[in-house]
Amino acid sequence: MSSAQAAAPPIIRVRGLQKIYRLGDVDVPALRGVDLDVPRGEFLAVIGPSGSGKSTLFHILGGLAPPTSGEISIDGADLRRMSENERTAMRQKKIGFVFQKYNLLPTLTARDNIALAQSLAGVTAPPPGFEQILELLGIRQRLDHRPRALSGGEQQRVAIARALVNQPAILLADEPTGNLDTANSNAVLEILRDLNNRTGQTILMITHNPEAAAFADRTVAMRDGRMAAL
Amino acid sequence: MINKLVIENLRHRWVRTLLCALVVGVQVMSILTLIGLSRGMLQDSANRAKGTGADIFLKPDTQGTFSFSSGQIDEKFEPFVAKQPHVAQALGVLITPVELITTISGVNVAPFEKMSGGFHFFAGGAPSAPDDIVVDNYYAQQHKLRVGSTVKLLNHAWRVSGIMRSGILGHLIVQLSSLQRLTGNATPPRVSEILVKLDDPARTTQTVDQLNALLKGNLRAISMTDLQSQFSVSNIPELRAFIGVITTLAVVVGFLVVFLSMYTAVIERTREIGILKALGAKPLTILDILVREAIVLAIAGCVIGILLSFASKALITGLMPSSLRVIDVPDWWPYAAAIALGGALLGAIYPGFKAARQDAIEALAYE
Repeated sequence: MSSAQAAAPPIIRVRGLQKIYRLGDVDVPALRGVDLDVPRGEFLAVIGPSGSGKSTLFHILGGLAPPTSGEISIDGADLRRMSENERTAMRQKKIGFVFQKYNLLPTLTARDNIALAQSLAGVTAPPPGFEQILELLGIRQRLDHRPRALSGGEQQRVAIARALVNQPAILLADEPTGNLDTANSNAVLEILRDLNNRTGQTILMITHNPEAAAFADRTVAMRDGRMAAL
Repeated sequence: MINKLVIENLRHRWVRTLLCALVVGVQVMSILTLIGLSRGMLQDSANRAKGTGADIFLKPDTQGTFSFSSGQIDEKFEPFVAKQPHVAQALGVLITPVELITTISGVNVAPFEKMSGGFHFFAGGAPSAPDDIVVDNYYAQQHKLRVGSTVKLLNHAWRVSGIMRSGILGHLIVQLSSLQRLTGNATPPRVSEILVKLDDPARTTQTVDQLNALLKGNLRAISMTDLQSQFSVSNIPELRAFIGVITTLAVVVGFLVVFLSMYTAVIERTREIGILKALGAKPLTILDILVREAIVLAIAGCVIGILLSFASKALITGLMPSSLRVIDVPDWWPYAAAIALGGALLGAIYPGFKAARQDAIEALAYE
């Protein structure tokens, strides 16, 4: 991360973020006051055990769930003030998701999975330089295959391409190597690292694996719904 | 892209898609066949009435146009009508049902041949003996009859004297006196209707008015033109109601089939709905996808239904050519399509809203 990046306002700014789920008559706090700044262009890893709240943080940062309280700003937009429709629009244009289970639509080819993300954002053509990203991901020859004909590593690389096609401000990756063997895990992590280096793409990666976290610029830890020391 | 997703979704679950479209197709076929059958039967009746050569029909004053209760008119009206101005010929006809929807007609053969222009025989000739019967080619085909064959109707064995071309009065024609005797209409001799031929068909309206004034309370005169115009579905309330019931059933069946298909599709695709939402699909986009799927199913069902209606027509015509007549009703294709589409859209609404309301995180966690 350069000094200019450090001086610019963070692309993700979280203060006192709380999320409480209500299960029957019981309140279950998932986040108990999270503070986090992510500078633009940073590759950040969030590690923590199961139940630490990192997936809840992922969902809130991605606009999939509203916070209960606290301040949260994504690329200058106040997430707490956003309506459901505005959060949907933010997901279309500012956030790219990469999931542990790839989450490609099984009925569409890799190419169409990518095109669908564009179509939902109202974009008709891939951005300039997207061919190079496909080259970097090594999936150009596999674009006309459906997910069932692709290996796990290939599916995850297609999912990364899909997440990047709308040039999002932030790439959110939730355990992107959780379903992959070591070789494919390393390949995917190398790609994320390379992507961050070459394009300055901000990446926030959730993982429970310290080895995966080691590919990031910085690692923060979560425990019991709070940021914790590493 | 959304259209591609819709088509790929339907292709991916092709068995369910095919079954769903097939059931919608059967509902479309039911409607088209019913309408085609109703119109075909009425058109056949109209053609056979026209084939008598009569300009005016006289029926009992209290009877509906399409009622054929046998023997309600005293045959003595026949010479009385024949004497009226401009009446060239009056002829009593006795019509009695013999099967579900088939009737047998009794006529005085020579005068009837004079009025109608004569039978066109494929084989044999007119009934000359009391037990002789003439059948038309459809009835002969359906019952595998030939000249000389015996056919039992009204508990009586008839000998086929001739096979005529269909289109005159009825499928079965016998001597009037024989039918009157067999149906208890011989003493006093009674008929079902009186056919009237005029010396000048241009005077039909005037003569109808005169006859109605003269025979008020006994008989009602109706011109062939009016009779023809009344041979339509809209003039038969019972048939209209029946078509209404079948159409309603078709909508309900279409609704249930598409509802079930879409409902299971929504549950099966919960995770995919979550993916779409994560990618930024609005609830309306999700609803739109399911509605488009329903529309494709309905359109496919319509095409299948129209093709099936040709098959059902061929089947019905092949099996029961004399009893049931079906015609193609292309003017009803849009209505049948609209009914199928309506049912399908109704069926897609609830599953569509269920999908649109799906929580993205829960959907993504769905296994």
